[in-house]
Amino acid sequence: MGYGVSLHVSGDYALFSRPEMKAERVSYDVITPSAARGVLEAILWRPAIRWVVDRITVLNRIEFESVRRNEVGSKIPPRNVSAAMAGSKVDLHQYINEDRQQRASLVLRNVAYIIDAHFVIIPEKAGESDTPEKFYNMFLRRARQGQCFHNPYLGCREFAAKFRFVEAQGERPISYYANDEDYDLSWMLWDIEYEQKEFKNKTLYSFNPRFFHARMVNGIINVPSEVSL
Amino acid sequence: MSEVLKNRYEFVLYFDVENGNPNGDPDAGNMPRIDPQTGYGLVSDVSIKRKVRNYVQFSKEGQDGFDIYVSEGAVLNNKQKEAYEANDLKTKDNKDDKLTAQAYMCRRFFDVRAFGAVMDTGDFKCGQVRGPIQLCFSKSEDVILQQEVTITRMASTTEKENASENRTMGRKYLVPYGLYRLEGFVSAKFAQKTGFTQKDLDLFFESLKLMFDQDRSASRGKMSARKLYVFKHESELGNAPAAALFDLIEAKLINPSEPSRSFKHYELTVDKGSVPEGVQLIEML
Repeated sequence: MGYGVSLHVSGDYALFSRPEMKAERVSYDVITPSAARGVLEAILWRPAIRWVVDRITVLNRIEFESVRRNEVGSKIPPRNVSAAMAGSKVDLHQYINEDRQQRASLVLRNVAYIIDAHFVIIPEKAGESDTPEKFYNMFLRRARQGQCFHNPYLGCREFAAKFRFVEAQGERPISYYANDEDYDLSWMLWDIEYEQKEFKNKTLYSFNPRFFHARMVNGIINVPSEVSL
Repeated sequence: MSEVLKNRYEFVLYFDVENGNPNGDPDAGNMPRIDPQTGYGLVSDVSIKRKVRNYVQFSKEGQDGFDIYVSEGAVLNNKQKEAYEANDLKTKDNKDDKLTAQAYMCRRFFDVRAFGAVMDTGDFKCGQVRGPIQLCFSKSEDVILQQEVTITRMASTTEKENASENRTMGRKYLVPYGLYRLEGFVSAKFAQKTGFTQKDLDLFFESLKLMFDQDRSASRGKMSARKLYVFKHESELGNAPAAALFDLIEAKLINPSEPSRSFKHYELTVDKGSVPEGVQLIEML
């Protein structure tokens, strides 16, 4: 602990879908802790570490725009894939002309955030040489040089994120909401807890969404380290 | 088989449209997409992906491993099926093994290998493939003019219409000229996961260059790929921030007081001197 990192993340568009509005996607007003974690993991992630987002600073004014696109309505049924692999004659194609949905998305425009986060080592997955110093320095190297595992994105992959490392003593941009004492963002997704259990020789996956009450004070959202209802 | 990717790439594609509609907006009755705040034109990421898929489908018809999963209309896929049966792609009988199924999909379908796909049922909740290629929205270099053209038709659809002597009026929308810029990323790490090879990447870049030539239609007008710049990093994770690389390439109107009407009206500057160490700039077009 004690190795905090700060990352300046920005982009022209962003879409952090609200779970209650997913067909016609509507973005949250700001980046969720879970999307912020995804941005950090795009730069560095190992099974032995877990990123914890501490604070999110909202730098730009919150603005929305609507985009409507043609989308495919269904997903690939794995059963058909298995059947094709076994040699039976199933058609594995998706015909977009017959399976088309036009959906609007309410996306954020012109966003910029500073993500303050740290990582914790998961003892049971850490090897001998997995020290916090090692991962911290790896992250510094990558973030300063603009290296990444894959290019981070703001909610959806078509909205790529620019990122740069914010040095500890470095200058931090002023938030548009710096004079806003209390901006209530109401309930937001905090993160999803994934679990994997073995049951009767089968692997069962479960995931629980967790929510928190987000408040922006002078442009800064303090993310709780644990949430419980 | 050629090598799986070992380098990170970024690319910038300039394409233009003359008297056509590059990408209609279903929200605005199929007018060309526009950013309402700035007036710049947009082309969605999925529109470009569709063209890439179509190009690969035309150019690799019936070839093993280049099938296209998200197809437009019917495909003559019997050939491909035969190819598959001949290759005896039976894996060990572990039907629940989603990784086997994923590997099969990646091997067989170019678009799954390149862009990823979502495979999902109740049995396993994370059958998602994230492909190495990530495209953004293309944006025009200047404010575009959305022009509405009214056209008439000499025939009629119904008897009733025919009797009334009223001929149908139709509408077409077009952009007189627009130069658009597409930015994209290729992650070597994801390529290793989906088995996306150097040969696949070459095909992808070829499709960027030639896809508009296979996509002629009444609404598109004249669309052409004009310039394709590729940044090749020496390492897997990259040697420089993507944003810094994209900033090296700029298109400027030579005479801003006149409206742009052709590619000649633009001057492309590429700051070759500032390309960072470990990054190679390749001009593919």
